[in-house]
Amino acid sequence: MQLGKQAGLKLSDAPLRNVFGDALLDLAKSNPKVVVLDGDLGNSTKAEYVRNEFPERFFNIGIAESNLVGVGAGLAGAGFYPFIVSFSSFLLCNAYDQIRLAVAMSEIDATIIGSHGGITLGKDGPTQMGIEDLALMGGLPTFTIIVPSDPATMHAAVKAAPDIKGPVFIRSSRVPMPFIYPMEDTPFEVGKANVVREGTDLTIIGCGMMVSAGLDAAAVLAEEGIEARVLDLHTIRPMDIGAIAAAASETGAIVCAEEHLLQGGMGSNVARVVAEENPVPMRFVGLKDVYVESGDPWDLLKKYNLTADDIVAAGREVVKAKKAA
Amino acid sequence: MKSTATKSYDELREQARQLRLDVLEMTTKAGSGHPSSSWSPVEVVTALYFGGMLRYRPDEPWWPERDRFIMSKGHAAPLLYAALSHAGYFEREELWRLRDVGSPVQGHPIQGMMPGVEATTGSLGQGLSLGLGHVLGGRLAGKNYRVYVLLGDGECEAGQIWEAAMAAAHFKAGNLVAILDYNKFQETGPISREIALEPLVDKWKSFGWNVHEVNGHDIEEVLSTLQLVKQLEATGQPQIIIAHTIKGKGVSFVEADFTFHGRALNAEQAELAREELDATR
Repeated sequence: MQLGKQAGLKLSDAPLRNVFGDALLDLAKSNPKVVVLDGDLGNSTKAEYVRNEFPERFFNIGIAESNLVGVGAGLAGAGFYPFIVSFSSFLLCNAYDQIRLAVAMSEIDATIIGSHGGITLGKDGPTQMGIEDLALMGGLPTFTIIVPSDPATMHAAVKAAPDIKGPVFIRSSRVPMPFIYPMEDTPFEVGKANVVREGTDLTIIGCGMMVSAGLDAAAVLAEEGIEARVLDLHTIRPMDIGAIAAAASETGAIVCAEEHLLQGGMGSNVARVVAEENPVPMRFVGLKDVYVESGDPWDLLKKYNLTADDIVAAGREVVKAKKAA
Repeated sequence: MKSTATKSYDELREQARQLRLDVLEMTTKAGSGHPSSSWSPVEVVTALYFGGMLRYRPDEPWWPERDRFIMSKGHAAPLLYAALSHAGYFEREELWRLRDVGSPVQGHPIQGMMPGVEATTGSLGQGLSLGLGHVLGGRLAGKNYRVYVLLGDGECEAGQIWEAAMAAAHFKAGNLVAILDYNKFQETGPISREIALEPLVDKWKSFGWNVHEVNGHDIEEVLSTLQLVKQLEATGQPQIIIAHTIKGKGVSFVEADFTFHGRALNAEQAELAREELDATR
């Protein structure tokens, strides 16, 4: 399985985490206020790119996420812009209360990077996977929540973060994601979803790697005469209510796809908006109440129904439901 | 600038008494709060804010060069607010809105909601990490401020305190001063009975800290120790002052009853407390 192949997307050699490391280094070069807080995973998250060039602005706080978040928040209080970087699973689950008080409730300007989001870190298994990060972040008011879908939006999101008022969460990933957007003049506005494919029969709303999978699915559906709009919901909060309402009213059916638990993730939040704005048939592709096991990322996606094929099946179903309604 | 203000020890003791009275009025009026936890570190806070220790500007609360004071034991919020108001950060009338709807004088401190409130605390164990962040930031920015963190004893049961303690020694945070309000009680009872901290001095020493012990109600001793730790800053060793205190200090029947944790005095009790505090004038 090759993500983005059916949609004809250009593949990227670099895993998204490497793209993140490059983006962070670029930002650190241009913004001397940027400091990086690492939970001893800089070589995995690629935050270490900054360590190599700006060691004085890089702090490995060690395997102590609570302290990591607190020290980062203190650096914000001292006038710096902290990027607090670790695996989303360890960071959010170990230091949720610290993020809640010192970052969210205090409304500081800071970015939390949840690396290795979803199940595609693969072989290290479920203890390391961040499958509940969007739900956890959703439980913290004041956070802007961003899930980049390709190298260009990762660069754009990291660059945009310090200009966002209040705290920001950006999800990073261990696997490469194909190019959806050009690297120059990338269309990326926080809180504004991108229509990456037009269509009138249904809308596939995705975030992260599921945007590429959604484009693949749309290509397959097109062969069957079903034209899908694909919406890249790169910002989970603030949510682009207008784009979702338009998807409902203009296409009449919605499939949500995310590399996350169905509970509390992108799809359940989209459903709340759809229910209020314009109820239409919906289907959801995501993890169903389960911890997955170790395995090759692509085998896992297949086993747990997170592929373009699964989006295609959901698309057929939701169009049928729309016609029956 | 208040930092150069010098008060006599008698004046400082009177200042401390005023803070105790304000804590009493605030919590009794609110009908809730933590008077006994606020009374045990009164002399420490008095020494910091009114004994010439902290460098701060009430009319410029976020002055980048200011010394930081982080109230890690957030339930002593009434004391923090009283001290800030006496220091000139805001009108004393604000104090009487403690815990009211729409009031910025929150039950536990929220960062930036009142001028001078440096940190959001109340879920315990978090303040020392924040203090270390301020230290590292100050170092990076080339500033020479000091960072004081007031810890409760109960919150030293939290792992994050020891994460921060370990990291502070690693980063040679000589300008980080923790003051531990060792009043020997946590919410449900005596610390020694609930979950013992001793040997506390050895624990901090083994984490690389320089440990000082004082009578936390002796303003002269507190001040001289705060002066001493300033001089030790260049050693790069983080400093902790273990202040032996009495929970509820200043009001005999509160000192004798640890269940006043999280409980305000009612009107009759407040009258008795006022009489006791006035008698020490």
